[in-house]
Amino acid sequence: MAGGGRNFVESIGSSAMGTVRYLGGLALLVGQTCYWAARNIASRKALSHLHAMSIQMVRVGVRSVPVVVLVQVFIGVILALQMYPPLKDFEQQATIANIVGVAGFRMLGPIITAVVLTGFAGASIAAEMGTMVVAEEIEAMQAMALDPIRYLVVPRVVATVVMMVMLSVIADLMIALGGYITSSLVLGPEVYMVYWAKMQDQLKYRDFYTGLIQAGVFGLLISLIACREGLKVSGGAEGVGRATTMTVVYSIFAIIISACLFTMIFYAFKL
Amino acid sequence: MPDSAVKTDAEPVVKVRNLVKRFEDRVVLDGVNLDVYPGEMLVVMGGSGCGKSTLLRNMIGSILPDEGSIDVFGRDLTELTDDELDAVRKRFGVLFQSGALFNSMTVGENVALPLREHTRLDANTIEIMVKIKLELVGLRQAENLMPAQISGGMKKRAGLARAISLDPEILFYDEPSAGLDPVTSAEIDQLMMDLARKLGVASVVVTHEMDSAFRIADRMAMLDKGVMLKIGTRAQFDAIRSGQPTGDEQTDLIRQFLRGDSEGPITKRRLSTSFEVDILKAAEGR
Ligand SMILES: Nc1ncnc2c1ncn2[C@@H]1O[C@H](COP(=O)(O)OP(=O)(O)OP(=O)(O)O)[C@@H](O)[C@H]1O
Ligand SMILES: [Mg+2]
Repeated sequence: MAGGGRNFVESIGSSAMGTVRYLGGLALLVGQTCYWAARNIASRKALSHLHAMSIQMVRVGVRSVPVVVLVQVFIGVILALQMYPPLKDFEQQATIANIVGVAGFRMLGPIITAVVLTGFAGASIAAEMGTMVVAEEIEAMQAMALDPIRYLVVPRVVATVVMMVMLSVIADLMIALGGYITSSLVLGPEVYMVYWAKMQDQLKYRDFYTGLIQAGVFGLLISLIACREGLKVSGGAEGVGRATTMTVVYSIFAIIISACLFTMIFYAFKL
Repeated sequence: MPDSAVKTDAEPVVKVRNLVKRFEDRVVLDGVNLDVYPGEMLVVMGGSGCGKSTLLRNMIGSILPDEGSIDVFGRDLTELTDDELDAVRKRFGVLFQSGALFNSMTVGENVALPLREHTRLDANTIEIMVKIKLELVGLRQAENLMPAQISGGMKKRAGLARAISLDPEILFYDEPSAGLDPVTSAEIDQLMMDLARKLGVASVVVTHEMDSAFRIADRMAMLDKGVMLKIGTRAQFDAIRSGQPTGDEQTDLIRQFLRGDSEGPITKRRLSTSFEVDILKAAEGR
Protein backbone atom coordinates (compact mmCIF):
# COMPACT_ATOMS: atom_id res chain seq x y z
CA MET A 1 0.00 0.00 0.00
CA ALA A 2 2.83 2.40 0.83
CA GLY A 3 3.63 2.87 -2.85
CA GLY A 4 6.09 5.73 -3.02
CA GLY A 5 5.14 6.60 -6.57
CA ARG A 6 1.49 7.12 -5.87
CA ASN A 7 0.52 10.70 -5.33
CA PHE A 8 -1.37 12.04 -2.37
CA VAL A 9 -4.72 12.69 -4.05
CA GLU A 10 -4.69 9.25 -5.61
CA SER A 11 -4.02 7.54 -2.30
CA ILE A 12 -6.77 9.54 -0.58
CA GLY A 13 -9.11 8.56 -3.37
CA SER A 14 -8.27 4.90 -3.18
CA SER A 15 -8.58 4.71 0.59
CA ALA A 16 -11.92 6.50 0.33
CA MET A 17 -12.98 3.91 -2.23
CA GLY A 18 -11.75 1.20 0.10
CA THR A 19 -13.81 2.59 2.96
CA VAL A 20 -16.90 2.82 0.80
CA ARG A 21 -16.40 -0.74 -0.39
CA TYR A 22 -15.92 -1.93 3.18
CA LEU A 23 -19.09 -0.20 4.33
CA GLY A 24 -20.89 -1.65 1.33
CA GLY A 25 -19.71 -5.11 2.31
CA LEU A 26 -20.93 -4.59 5.86
CA ALA A 27 -24.30 -3.32 4.63
CA LEU A 28 -24.66 -6.39 2.44
CA LEU A 29 -23.87 -8.58 5.42
CA VAL A 30 -26.49 -6.73 7.50
CA GLY A 31 -29.04 -7.41 4.79
CA GLN A 32 -28.23 -11.11 4.57
CA THR A 33 -28.16 -11.41 8.35
CA CYS A 34 -31.63 -9.85 8.67
CA TYR A 35 -32.96 -12.02 5.86
CA TRP A 36 -31.74 -15.24 7.45
CA ALA A 37 -32.67 -14.15 10.97
CA ALA A 38 -36.24 -13.68 9.77
CA ARG A 39 -36.22 -17.03 8.02
CA ASN A 40 -34.77 -18.70 11.11
CA ILE A 41 -37.60 -17.40 13.25
CA ALA A 42 -40.16 -18.56 10.71
CA SER A 43 -38.62 -21.97 10.13
CA ARG A 44 -39.80 -25.12 11.82
CA LYS A 45 -36.30 -25.44 13.30
CA ALA A 46 -36.69 -22.12 15.12
CA LEU A 47 -36.01 -23.83 18.43
CA SER A 48 -32.68 -25.20 17.32
CA HIS A 49 -31.67 -21.77 15.97
CA LEU A 50 -32.63 -20.30 19.33
CA HIS A 51 -30.47 -22.91 21.01
CA ALA A 52 -27.49 -21.99 18.80
CA MET A 53 -28.03 -18.36 19.73
CA SER A 54 -28.17 -19.05 23.44
CA ILE A 55 -24.88 -20.92 23.22
CA GLN A 56 -23.34 -17.83 21.66
CA MET A 57 -24.87 -15.58 24.31
CA VAL A 58 -23.23 -17.62 27.03
CA ARG A 59 -19.95 -17.55 25.17
CA VAL A 60 -20.06 -13.83 24.42
CA GLY A 61 -21.73 -12.54 27.54
CA VAL A 62 -21.28 -14.66 30.59
CA ARG A 63 -17.52 -14.81 30.46
CA SER A 64 -17.25 -11.05 30.09
CA VAL A 65 -19.50 -10.17 33.04
CA PRO A 66 -16.69 -10.15 35.65
CA VAL A 67 -14.46 -8.05 33.43
CA VAL A 68 -17.21 -5.55 32.68
CA VAL A 69 -18.08 -5.28 36.39
CA LEU A 70 -14.49 -4.74 37.42
CA VAL A 71 -13.62 -2.27 34.68
CA GLN A 72 -16.78 -0.20 35.12
CA VAL A 73 -16.48 0.07 38.89
CA PHE A 74 -13.01 1.47 38.36
CA ILE A 75 -14.29 3.90 35.74
CA GLY A 76 -16.79 5.17 38.33
CA VAL A 77 -14.06 5.47 40.94
CA ILE A 78 -11.77 7.38 38.57
CA LEU A 79 -14.50 9.68 37.32
CA ALA A 80 -15.56 10.72 40.82
CA LEU A 81 -11.98 11.27 41.97
CA GLN A 82 -11.05 13.36 38.97
CA MET A 83 -14.16 15.50 39.09
CA TYR A 84 -13.76 16.37 42.77
CA PRO A 85 -10.99 19.05 42.72
CA PRO A 86 -12.45 21.34 40.01
CA LEU A 87 -15.96 21.02 41.44
CA LYS A 88 -14.68 21.71 44.94
CA ASP A 89 -13.31 25.04 43.69
CA PHE A 90 -16.88 26.07 42.98
CA GLU A 91 -18.29 24.34 46.05
CA GLN A 92 -20.21 22.08 43.66
CA GLN A 93 -18.78 18.73 44.79
CA ALA A 94 -22.28 17.37 45.45
CA THR A 95 -22.96 17.39 41.70
CA ILE A 96 -20.42 14.59 41.22
CA ALA A 97 -23.39 12.23 41.22
CA ASN A 98 -24.95 14.13 38.32
CA ILE A 99 -21.80 13.99 36.27
CA VAL A 100 -21.07 10.34 36.98
CA GLY A 101 -24.67 9.51 36.10
CA VAL A 102 -24.82 11.33 32.78
CA ALA A 103 -21.35 10.39 31.59
CA GLY A 104 -21.75 6.80 32.70
CA PHE A 105 -25.24 6.07 31.42
CA ARG A 106 -24.98 7.97 28.17
CA MET A 107 -21.51 7.12 27.04
CA LEU A 108 -18.92 5.43 29.23
CA GLY A 109 -21.09 2.46 30.15
CA PRO A 110 -21.82 1.40 26.59
CA ILE A 111 -18.51 2.43 25.08
CA ILE A 112 -16.18 0.76 27.59
CA THR A 113 -18.35 -2.36 27.53
CA ALA A 114 -18.05 -2.35 23.74
CA VAL A 115 -14.27 -2.21 23.99
CA VAL A 116 -14.31 -5.16 26.39
CA LEU A 117 -16.58 -7.10 24.00
CA THR A 118 -14.33 -6.27 21.06
CA GLY A 119 -11.83 -8.54 22.72
CA PHE A 120 -14.19 -11.11 24.22
CA ALA A 121 -16.56 -11.42 21.29
CA GLY A 122 -15.03 -9.71 18.25
CA ALA A 123 -11.54 -11.13 18.29
CA SER A 124 -12.69 -14.60 19.27
CA ILE A 125 -15.43 -14.71 16.62
CA ALA A 126 -13.00 -13.56 13.93
CA ALA A 127 -10.43 -16.15 14.98
CA GLU A 128 -13.05 -18.88 15.09
CA MET A 129 -14.50 -18.10 11.68
CA GLY A 130 -11.06 -17.60 10.15
CA THR A 131 -9.96 -20.99 11.42
CA MET A 132 -13.08 -22.54 9.94
CA VAL A 133 -12.32 -20.97 6.56
CA VAL A 134 -8.76 -22.28 6.62
CA ALA A 135 -9.94 -25.78 7.58
CA GLU A 136 -12.39 -25.81 4.62
CA GLU A 137 -15.25 -26.00 7.13
CA ILE A 138 -17.09 -23.04 5.61
CA GLU A 139 -16.88 -24.53 2.14
CA ALA A 140 -18.03 -27.85 3.54
CA MET A 141 -21.05 -26.14 5.09
CA GLN A 142 -21.97 -24.59 1.78
CA ALA A 143 -21.58 -27.91 0.03
CA MET A 144 -23.97 -29.38 2.61
CA ALA A 145 -26.52 -26.65 1.81
CA LEU A 146 -25.95 -25.02 5.20
CA ASP A 147 -25.56 -21.28 4.67
CA PRO A 148 -22.72 -19.91 6.86
CA ILE A 149 -24.57 -16.63 7.29
CA ARG A 150 -27.62 -18.45 8.57
CA TYR A 151 -25.86 -20.92 10.82
CA LEU A 152 -22.82 -18.96 11.98
CA VAL A 153 -23.28 -15.23 11.50
CA VAL A 154 -26.90 -14.82 12.61
CA PRO A 155 -26.54 -16.44 16.06
CA ARG A 156 -23.30 -14.56 16.73
CA VAL A 157 -24.64 -11.18 15.69
CA VAL A 158 -27.91 -11.51 17.59
CA ALA A 159 -26.11 -12.81 20.67
CA THR A 160 -23.57 -10.01 20.62
CA VAL A 161 -26.24 -7.31 20.24
CA VAL A 162 -28.37 -8.75 23.05
CA MET A 163 -25.43 -9.26 25.38
CA MET A 164 -24.05 -5.83 24.59
CA VAL A 165 -27.32 -4.24 25.74
CA MET A 166 -27.58 -6.41 28.84
CA LEU A 167 -23.97 -5.85 29.82
CA SER A 168 -24.43 -2.11 29.38
CA VAL A 169 -27.20 -2.14 31.97
CA ILE A 170 -24.79 -3.82 34.37
CA ALA A 171 -22.09 -1.37 33.33
CA ASP A 172 -24.27 1.67 34.08
CA LEU A 173 -25.01 0.41 37.56
CA MET A 174 -21.37 -0.41 38.22
CA ILE A 175 -20.16 3.05 37.21
CA ALA A 176 -22.71 4.59 39.56
CA LEU A 177 -21.56 2.22 42.28
CA GLY A 178 -17.91 3.08 41.62
CA GLY A 179 -18.64 6.76 42.04
CA TYR A 180 -20.44 6.06 45.28
CA ILE A 181 -17.55 4.00 46.61
CA THR A 182 -15.13 6.85 46.03
CA SER A 183 -17.53 9.35 47.52
CA SER A 184 -18.07 7.43 50.70
CA LEU A 185 -14.48 6.31 51.20
CA VAL A 186 -12.60 9.43 50.14
CA LEU A 187 -14.72 12.45 49.36
CA GLY A 188 -16.77 12.87 52.49
CA PRO A 189 -20.39 13.18 53.61
CA GLU A 190 -21.29 16.30 51.61
CA VAL A 191 -20.94 14.11 48.53
CA TYR A 192 -22.18 10.68 49.54
CA MET A 193 -25.12 11.77 51.64
CA VAL A 194 -26.84 13.23 48.61
CA TYR A 195 -25.28 10.91 45.98
CA TRP A 196 -28.23 8.68 45.10
CA ALA A 197 -30.81 11.44 45.44
CA LYS A 198 -28.83 13.71 43.14
CA MET A 199 -28.35 10.98 40.62
CA GLN A 200 -32.06 10.11 40.60
CA ASP A 201 -32.82 13.77 40.15
CA GLN A 202 -30.50 14.14 37.22
CA LEU A 203 -31.19 11.00 35.25
CA LYS A 204 -34.13 10.79 32.87
CA TYR A 205 -35.27 7.72 31.02
CA ARG A 206 -33.72 9.05 27.87
CA ASP A 207 -30.26 9.03 29.46
CA PHE A 208 -30.78 5.35 29.94
CA TYR A 209 -32.23 4.37 26.57
CA THR A 210 -29.96 6.53 24.40
CA GLY A 211 -27.08 4.67 26.01
CA LEU A 212 -28.68 1.31 25.32
CA ILE A 213 -29.47 2.17 21.70
CA GLN A 214 -25.81 2.92 21.22
CA ALA A 215 -24.88 -0.30 22.99
CA GLY A 216 -26.98 -2.30 20.54
CA VAL A 217 -25.40 -0.60 17.56
CA PHE A 218 -21.91 -1.17 18.97
CA GLY A 219 -22.74 -4.85 19.35
CA LEU A 220 -23.95 -4.99 15.76
CA LEU A 221 -20.79 -3.32 14.48
CA ILE A 222 -18.42 -5.49 16.50
CA SER A 223 -20.03 -8.77 15.49
CA LEU A 224 -20.47 -7.85 11.82
CA ILE A 225 -16.88 -6.68 11.49
CA ALA A 226 -15.67 -9.83 13.23
CA CYS A 227 -17.71 -12.12 10.96
CA ARG A 228 -16.66 -10.29 7.85
CA GLU A 229 -12.97 -10.33 8.74
CA GLY A 230 -13.17 -13.97 9.73
CA LEU A 231 -15.02 -15.11 6.62
CA LYS A 232 -12.67 -13.41 4.21
CA VAL A 233 -9.54 -15.00 5.66
CA SER A 234 -7.27 -16.60 3.14
CA GLY A 235 -3.82 -18.04 3.49
CA GLY A 236 -3.59 -20.09 6.64
CA ALA A 237 -2.84 -19.23 10.25
CA GLU A 238 -1.24 -15.94 9.33
CA GLY A 239 -4.52 -14.78 7.81
CA VAL A 240 -6.35 -15.68 11.00
CA GLY A 241 -3.97 -13.56 13.05
CA ARG A 242 -4.46 -10.65 10.69
CA ALA A 243 -8.24 -11.03 10.85
CA THR A 244 -8.30 -10.80 14.66
CA THR A 245 -6.03 -7.77 14.66
CA MET A 246 -8.07 -5.97 12.01
CA THR A 247 -11.29 -6.84 13.83
CA VAL A 248 -10.07 -5.09 16.96
CA VAL A 249 -8.73 -2.08 15.05
CA TYR A 250 -11.82 -1.60 12.86
CA SER A 251 -14.22 -2.25 15.73
CA ILE A 252 -12.70 0.36 18.01
CA PHE A 253 -12.65 2.79 15.13
CA ALA A 254 -16.28 2.05 14.28
CA ILE A 255 -17.35 2.32 17.94
CA ILE A 256 -15.77 5.75 18.41
CA ILE A 257 -17.07 7.15 15.11
CA SER A 258 -20.60 5.92 15.67
CA ALA A 259 -20.55 7.16 19.27
CA CYS A 260 -19.61 10.59 17.95
CA LEU A 261 -22.40 10.48 15.36
CA PHE A 262 -24.94 9.37 17.94
CA THR A 263 -23.94 12.11 20.36
CA MET A 264 -24.36 14.70 17.63
CA ILE A 265 -27.74 13.33 16.62
CA PHE A 266 -28.97 13.11 20.21
CA TYR A 267 -27.71 16.63 20.83
CA ALA A 268 -29.42 17.99 17.74
CA PHE A 269 -32.73 16.37 18.67
CA LYS A 270 -32.30 17.28 22.36
CA LEU A 271 -32.46 13.66 23.45
CA MET B 1 -14.97 -53.52 -12.65
CA PRO B 2 -15.53 -54.17 -16.33
CA ASP B 3 -15.94 -51.13 -18.57
CA SER B 4 -19.39 -52.28 -19.61
CA ALA B 5 -20.62 -51.35 -16.12
CA VAL B 6 -20.56 -47.71 -17.15
CA LYS B 7 -23.83 -46.72 -18.76
CA THR B 8 -22.45 -44.16 -21.19
CA ASP B 9 -25.73 -44.16 -23.03
CA ALA B 10 -27.58 -42.98 -19.94
CA GLU B 11 -28.13 -39.29 -19.30
CA PRO B 12 -25.05 -37.91 -17.43
CA VAL B 13 -25.61 -36.76 -13.84
CA VAL B 14 -22.96 -34.07 -14.30
CA LYS B 15 -22.38 -32.29 -17.57
CA VAL B 16 -19.56 -29.74 -17.75
CA ARG B 17 -19.45 -27.71 -20.95
CA ASN B 18 -16.74 -25.27 -22.06
CA LEU B 19 -15.91 -24.39 -18.50
CA VAL B 20 -13.58 -21.40 -18.21
CA LYS B 21 -12.39 -20.14 -14.84
CA ARG B 22 -10.01 -17.27 -14.29
CA PHE B 23 -8.46 -15.96 -11.09
CA GLU B 24 -7.65 -12.31 -11.70
CA ASP B 25 -6.28 -12.60 -15.24
CA ARG B 26 -4.86 -16.08 -14.99
CA VAL B 27 -6.83 -18.76 -16.80
CA VAL B 28 -6.99 -21.78 -14.49
CA LEU B 29 -9.56 -23.82 -16.40
CA ASP B 30 -9.66 -23.37 -20.16
CA GLY B 31 -12.71 -24.82 -21.87
CA VAL B 32 -13.15 -28.05 -19.92
CA ASN B 33 -15.77 -30.60 -21.03
CA LEU B 34 -16.66 -33.53 -18.82
CA ASP B 35 -19.53 -35.99 -18.35
CA VAL B 36 -20.19 -38.10 -15.29
CA TYR B 37 -22.54 -41.06 -15.82
CA PRO B 38 -24.77 -42.64 -13.18
CA GLY B 39 -22.99 -45.18 -11.02
CA GLU B 40 -19.53 -44.74 -12.49
CA MET B 41 -16.25 -43.95 -10.76
CA LEU B 42 -14.54 -41.17 -12.69
CA VAL B 43 -11.00 -40.23 -11.69
CA VAL B 44 -9.65 -36.80 -12.62
CA MET B 45 -5.86 -36.76 -12.65
CA GLY B 46 -3.35 -34.02 -13.18
CA GLY B 47 -0.23 -32.38 -11.79
CA SER B 48 -0.16 -30.01 -8.85
CA GLY B 49 -1.83 -26.71 -9.61
CA CYS B 50 -3.38 -27.86 -12.90
CA GLY B 51 -6.85 -26.92 -11.69
CA LYS B 52 -8.31 -30.18 -10.37
CA SER B 53 -9.64 -28.73 -7.14
CA THR B 54 -10.93 -25.69 -9.00
CA LEU B 55 -12.84 -27.98 -11.36
CA LEU B 56 -14.29 -29.82 -8.38
CA ARG B 57 -15.26 -26.60 -6.63
CA ASN B 58 -17.07 -25.53 -9.77
CA MET B 59 -18.97 -28.79 -9.92
CA ILE B 60 -20.18 -28.48 -6.31
CA GLY B 61 -21.23 -24.86 -6.75
CA SER B 62 -18.63 -23.38 -4.39
CA ILE B 63 -17.42 -21.04 -7.11
CA LEU B 64 -19.06 -19.90 -10.31
CA PRO B 65 -17.43 -20.31 -13.73
CA ASP B 66 -16.57 -17.31 -15.87
CA GLU B 67 -17.83 -19.05 -18.99
CA GLY B 68 -19.58 -22.29 -19.83
CA SER B 69 -22.17 -24.31 -17.98
CA ILE B 70 -22.28 -27.00 -15.32
CA ASP B 71 -25.36 -29.20 -15.28
CA VAL B 72 -25.89 -31.32 -12.19
CA PHE B 73 -28.98 -33.54 -12.31
CA GLY B 74 -29.97 -31.60 -15.39
CA ARG B 75 -29.91 -28.22 -13.65
CA ASP B 76 -27.42 -25.56 -14.70
CA LEU B 77 -25.69 -24.43 -11.50
CA THR B 78 -24.87 -21.05 -13.02
CA GLU B 79 -28.56 -20.19 -13.38
CA LEU B 80 -29.95 -21.37 -10.05
CA THR B 81 -31.10 -19.24 -7.14
CA ASP B 82 -29.50 -19.91 -3.76
CA ASP B 83 -32.42 -22.05 -2.62
CA GLU B 84 -32.43 -24.09 -5.84
CA LEU B 85 -28.69 -24.58 -5.54
CA ASP B 86 -29.15 -25.82 -1.99
CA ALA B 87 -31.75 -28.29 -3.22
CA VAL B 88 -29.18 -29.68 -5.68
CA ARG B 89 -26.50 -29.73 -2.99
CA LYS B 90 -28.61 -31.94 -0.76
CA ARG B 91 -28.41 -34.60 -3.47
CA PHE B 92 -24.63 -34.91 -3.54
CA GLY B 93 -21.90 -35.39 -0.95
CA VAL B 94 -18.39 -33.99 -0.83
CA LEU B 95 -15.30 -35.30 0.91
CA PHE B 96 -12.78 -32.50 1.28
CA GLN B 97 -9.05 -33.01 1.30
CA SER B 98 -8.72 -32.56 5.05
CA GLY B 99 -12.09 -34.11 5.85
CA ALA B 100 -13.35 -30.63 6.85
CA LEU B 101 -15.07 -31.91 9.97
CA PHE B 102 -16.56 -29.28 12.24
CA ASN B 103 -14.02 -29.14 15.01
CA SER B 104 -16.47 -27.95 17.63
CA MET B 105 -18.63 -31.07 17.26
CA THR B 106 -18.07 -34.76 17.94
CA VAL B 107 -17.76 -37.17 15.04
CA GLY B 108 -21.30 -38.35 15.64
CA GLU B 109 -22.69 -34.80 15.69
CA ASN B 110 -20.87 -34.07 12.45
CA VAL B 111 -22.61 -36.97 10.76
CA ALA B 112 -25.93 -36.05 12.36
CA LEU B 113 -25.83 -32.41 11.29
CA PRO B 114 -27.15 -32.76 7.71
CA LEU B 115 -29.83 -35.13 8.98
CA ARG B 116 -30.88 -32.74 11.72
CA GLU B 117 -31.00 -29.73 9.42
CA HIS B 118 -32.36 -31.22 6.24
CA THR B 119 -34.76 -33.97 7.29
CA ARG B 120 -37.76 -34.25 9.58
CA LEU B 121 -36.43 -37.37 11.28
CA ASP B 122 -36.71 -37.49 15.06
CA ALA B 123 -33.68 -37.64 17.33
CA ASN B 124 -33.87 -41.40 17.82
CA THR B 125 -33.96 -42.19 14.13
CA ILE B 126 -31.07 -39.81 13.50
CA GLU B 127 -29.09 -41.54 16.23
CA ILE B 128 -29.63 -44.87 14.49
CA MET B 129 -28.79 -43.45 11.06
CA VAL B 130 -25.55 -42.00 12.45
CA LYS B 131 -24.56 -45.39 13.83
CA ILE B 132 -25.31 -47.04 10.48
CA LYS B 133 -23.24 -44.52 8.52
CA LEU B 134 -20.35 -44.74 10.95
CA GLU B 135 -20.47 -48.53 10.84
CA LEU B 136 -20.34 -48.33 7.04
CA VAL B 137 -17.01 -46.49 7.21
CA GLY B 138 -15.78 -48.55 10.17
CA LEU B 139 -15.86 -45.77 12.74
CA ARG B 140 -18.65 -46.75 15.12
CA GLN B 141 -16.32 -46.69 18.11
CA ALA B 142 -15.32 -43.05 17.40
CA GLU B 143 -18.81 -41.58 17.56
CA ASN B 144 -18.19 -39.55 20.70
CA LEU B 145 -14.64 -38.41 19.93
CA MET B 146 -13.78 -34.89 18.85
CA PRO B 147 -12.10 -34.42 15.45
CA ALA B 148 -8.90 -33.27 17.17
CA GLN B 149 -8.67 -36.67 18.87
CA ILE B 150 -8.66 -38.81 15.73
CA SER B 151 -6.07 -39.49 13.04
CA GLY B 152 -6.02 -38.14 9.49
CA GLY B 153 -7.32 -41.38 8.03
CA MET B 154 -10.15 -41.50 10.54
CA LYS B 155 -11.03 -37.89 9.75
CA LYS B 156 -11.44 -38.82 6.09
CA ARG B 157 -13.67 -41.74 7.04
CA ALA B 158 -15.72 -39.51 9.30
CA GLY B 159 -15.95 -36.92 6.52
CA LEU B 160 -17.12 -39.69 4.23
CA ALA B 161 -19.75 -40.81 6.72
CA ARG B 162 -21.01 -37.24 6.84
CA ALA B 163 -20.96 -36.98 3.04
CA ILE B 164 -23.19 -40.03 2.70
CA SER B 165 -25.54 -39.12 5.54
CA LEU B 166 -28.26 -37.88 3.18
CA ASP B 167 -27.83 -40.84 0.78
CA PRO B 168 -26.38 -38.78 -2.06
CA GLU B 169 -26.54 -39.70 -5.74
CA ILE B 170 -23.07 -38.32 -6.47
CA LEU B 171 -19.98 -38.26 -4.28
CA PHE B 172 -17.12 -35.84 -4.93
CA TYR B 173 -13.73 -36.59 -3.46
CA ASP B 174 -10.76 -34.21 -3.36
CA GLU B 175 -7.50 -36.13 -2.92
CA PRO B 176 -9.02 -38.87 -0.75
CA SER B 177 -5.74 -40.72 -0.30
CA ALA B 178 -3.31 -37.81 -0.04
CA GLY B 179 -1.26 -37.79 3.13
CA LEU B 180 -2.20 -41.32 4.15
CA ASP B 181 0.02 -44.37 4.49
CA PRO B 182 -0.33 -46.97 1.70
CA VAL B 183 -2.47 -49.35 3.70
CA THR B 184 -4.86 -46.69 4.98
CA SER B 185 -4.99 -45.26 1.49
CA ALA B 186 -5.89 -48.66 0.05
CA GLU B 187 -8.58 -49.02 2.73
CA ILE B 188 -10.11 -45.70 1.75
CA ASP B 189 -10.04 -46.79 -1.89
CA GLN B 190 -11.83 -49.99 -0.96
CA LEU B 191 -14.37 -48.01 1.02
CA MET B 192 -15.03 -45.73 -1.94
CA MET B 193 -15.57 -48.69 -4.23
CA ASP B 194 -17.82 -50.40 -1.70
CA LEU B 195 -19.94 -47.28 -1.36
CA ALA B 196 -20.17 -46.87 -5.11
CA ARG B 197 -21.33 -50.45 -5.44
CA LYS B 198 -23.55 -50.70 -2.36
CA LEU B 199 -25.25 -47.35 -2.79
CA GLY B 200 -24.97 -47.12 -6.56
CA VAL B 201 -23.67 -43.56 -6.38
CA ALA B 202 -21.63 -41.90 -9.10
CA SER B 203 -18.20 -40.79 -7.87
CA VAL B 204 -15.85 -38.08 -9.06
CA VAL B 205 -12.39 -38.50 -7.59
CA VAL B 206 -9.65 -35.91 -7.92
CA THR B 207 -6.22 -37.38 -7.28
CA HIS B 208 -2.62 -37.56 -8.34
CA GLU B 209 -1.95 -40.91 -6.72
CA MET B 210 -1.66 -43.23 -9.71
CA ASP B 211 -1.85 -46.53 -7.82
CA SER B 212 -5.08 -45.46 -6.27
CA ALA B 213 -6.43 -44.07 -9.54
CA PHE B 214 -5.91 -47.33 -11.45
CA ARG B 215 -7.35 -49.32 -8.57
CA ILE B 216 -10.67 -47.53 -8.42
CA ALA B 217 -11.39 -45.94 -11.80
CA ASP B 218 -14.02 -46.97 -14.33
CA ARG B 219 -13.07 -44.02 -16.49
CA MET B 220 -10.23 -41.55 -16.20
CA ALA B 221 -9.67 -37.95 -17.22
CA MET B 222 -6.35 -36.19 -17.54
CA LEU B 223 -6.21 -32.47 -16.83
CA ASP B 224 -3.12 -30.47 -17.73
CA LYS B 225 -2.74 -26.74 -17.15
CA GLY B 226 -6.48 -26.24 -17.18
CA VAL B 227 -7.01 -28.20 -20.40
CA MET B 228 -8.68 -31.61 -20.50
CA LEU B 229 -6.17 -33.70 -22.45
CA LYS B 230 -7.96 -37.00 -22.58
CA ILE B 231 -10.97 -38.77 -21.17
CA GLY B 232 -11.19 -42.51 -21.55
CA THR B 233 -11.69 -45.87 -19.93
CA ARG B 234 -9.22 -47.28 -17.47
CA ALA B 235 -8.15 -49.84 -20.07
CA GLN B 236 -7.23 -47.09 -22.51
CA PHE B 237 -5.12 -45.31 -19.92
CA ASP B 238 -3.58 -48.61 -18.86
CA ALA B 239 -2.51 -49.19 -22.46
CA ILE B 240 -0.83 -45.79 -22.60
CA ARG B 241 0.93 -46.44 -19.32
CA SER B 242 2.32 -49.83 -20.27
CA GLY B 243 2.99 -48.97 -23.93
CA GLN B 244 6.07 -47.41 -25.54
CA PRO B 245 6.50 -43.68 -26.22
CA THR B 246 4.54 -42.88 -29.38
CA GLY B 247 6.16 -39.65 -30.42
CA ASP B 248 2.80 -37.96 -30.04
CA GLU B 249 3.43 -35.12 -27.58
CA GLN B 250 0.09 -35.38 -25.80
CA THR B 251 0.10 -39.13 -25.37
CA ASP B 252 3.68 -39.09 -24.17
CA LEU B 253 2.84 -36.40 -21.69
CA ILE B 254 0.05 -38.54 -20.27
CA ARG B 255 2.35 -41.55 -20.30
CA GLN B 256 5.01 -39.72 -18.30
CA PHE B 257 2.45 -38.61 -15.77
CA LEU B 258 0.94 -42.07 -15.38
CA ARG B 259 4.33 -43.71 -15.00
CA GLY B 260 5.81 -40.97 -12.83
CA ASP B 261 8.93 -40.86 -15.03
CA SER B 262 11.50 -38.18 -14.40
CA GLU B 263 12.03 -37.62 -18.11
CA GLY B 264 9.50 -36.78 -20.78
CA PRO B 265 7.43 -33.94 -22.26
CA ILE B 266 6.39 -32.54 -18.87
CA THR B 267 9.98 -32.13 -17.74
CA LYS B 268 11.06 -30.82 -21.12
CA ARG B 269 8.31 -28.23 -21.11
CA ARG B 270 9.27 -27.09 -17.67
CA LEU B 271 12.92 -26.71 -18.59
CA SER B 272 12.57 -25.21 -22.04
CA THR B 273 10.16 -22.38 -21.44
CA SER B 274 11.65 -20.07 -18.93
CA PHE B 275 15.43 -20.50 -18.86
CA GLU B 276 16.59 -18.45 -21.87
CA VAL B 277 13.92 -15.87 -21.20
CA ASP B 278 15.07 -15.52 -17.62
CA ILE B 279 18.71 -15.17 -18.63
CA LEU B 280 17.86 -12.58 -21.27
CA LYS B 281 15.76 -10.65 -18.79
CA ALA B 282 18.60 -10.76 -16.29
CA ALA B 283 21.02 -9.54 -18.97
CA GLU B 284 18.75 -6.59 -19.71
CA GLY B 285 18.89 -5.77 -16.04
CA ARG B 286 15.18 -6.37 -15.41
N1 LIG C 1 -9.12 -18.67 -4.81
C1 LIG C 1 -8.08 -18.60 -5.66
N2 LIG C 1 -7.56 -17.40 -6.01
C2 LIG C 1 -6.53 -17.30 -6.86
N3 LIG C 1 -5.93 -18.34 -7.42
C3 LIG C 1 -6.38 -19.57 -7.12
C4 LIG C 1 -7.47 -19.77 -6.23
N4 LIG C 1 -7.71 -21.09 -6.12
C5 LIG C 1 -6.81 -21.69 -6.91
N5 LIG C 1 -6.00 -20.80 -7.52
C6 LIG C 1 -4.93 -21.09 -8.47
O1 LIG C 1 -5.44 -21.93 -9.46
C7 LIG C 1 -4.51 -22.92 -9.81
C8 LIG C 1 -5.15 -24.28 -9.72
O2 LIG C 1 -5.44 -24.55 -8.37
P1 LIG C 1 -6.07 -25.92 -7.89
O3 LIG C 1 -6.20 -25.86 -6.41
O4 LIG C 1 -7.29 -26.18 -8.67
O5 LIG C 1 -4.95 -26.95 -8.30
P2 LIG C 1 -4.92 -28.53 -8.06
O6 LIG C 1 -4.86 -29.14 -9.39
O7 LIG C 1 -6.01 -28.92 -7.16
O8 LIG C 1 -3.53 -28.69 -7.35
P3 LIG C 1 -3.13 -29.67 -6.13
O9 LIG C 1 -2.89 -31.00 -6.74
O10 LIG C 1 -1.87 -29.06 -5.63
O11 LIG C 1 -4.23 -29.65 -5.14
C9 LIG C 1 -3.33 -22.79 -8.88
O12 LIG C 1 -2.27 -22.21 -9.60
C10 LIG C 1 -3.81 -21.86 -7.80
O13 LIG C 1 -2.77 -21.01 -7.42
MG1 LIG D 1 -6.19 -29.59 -5.08
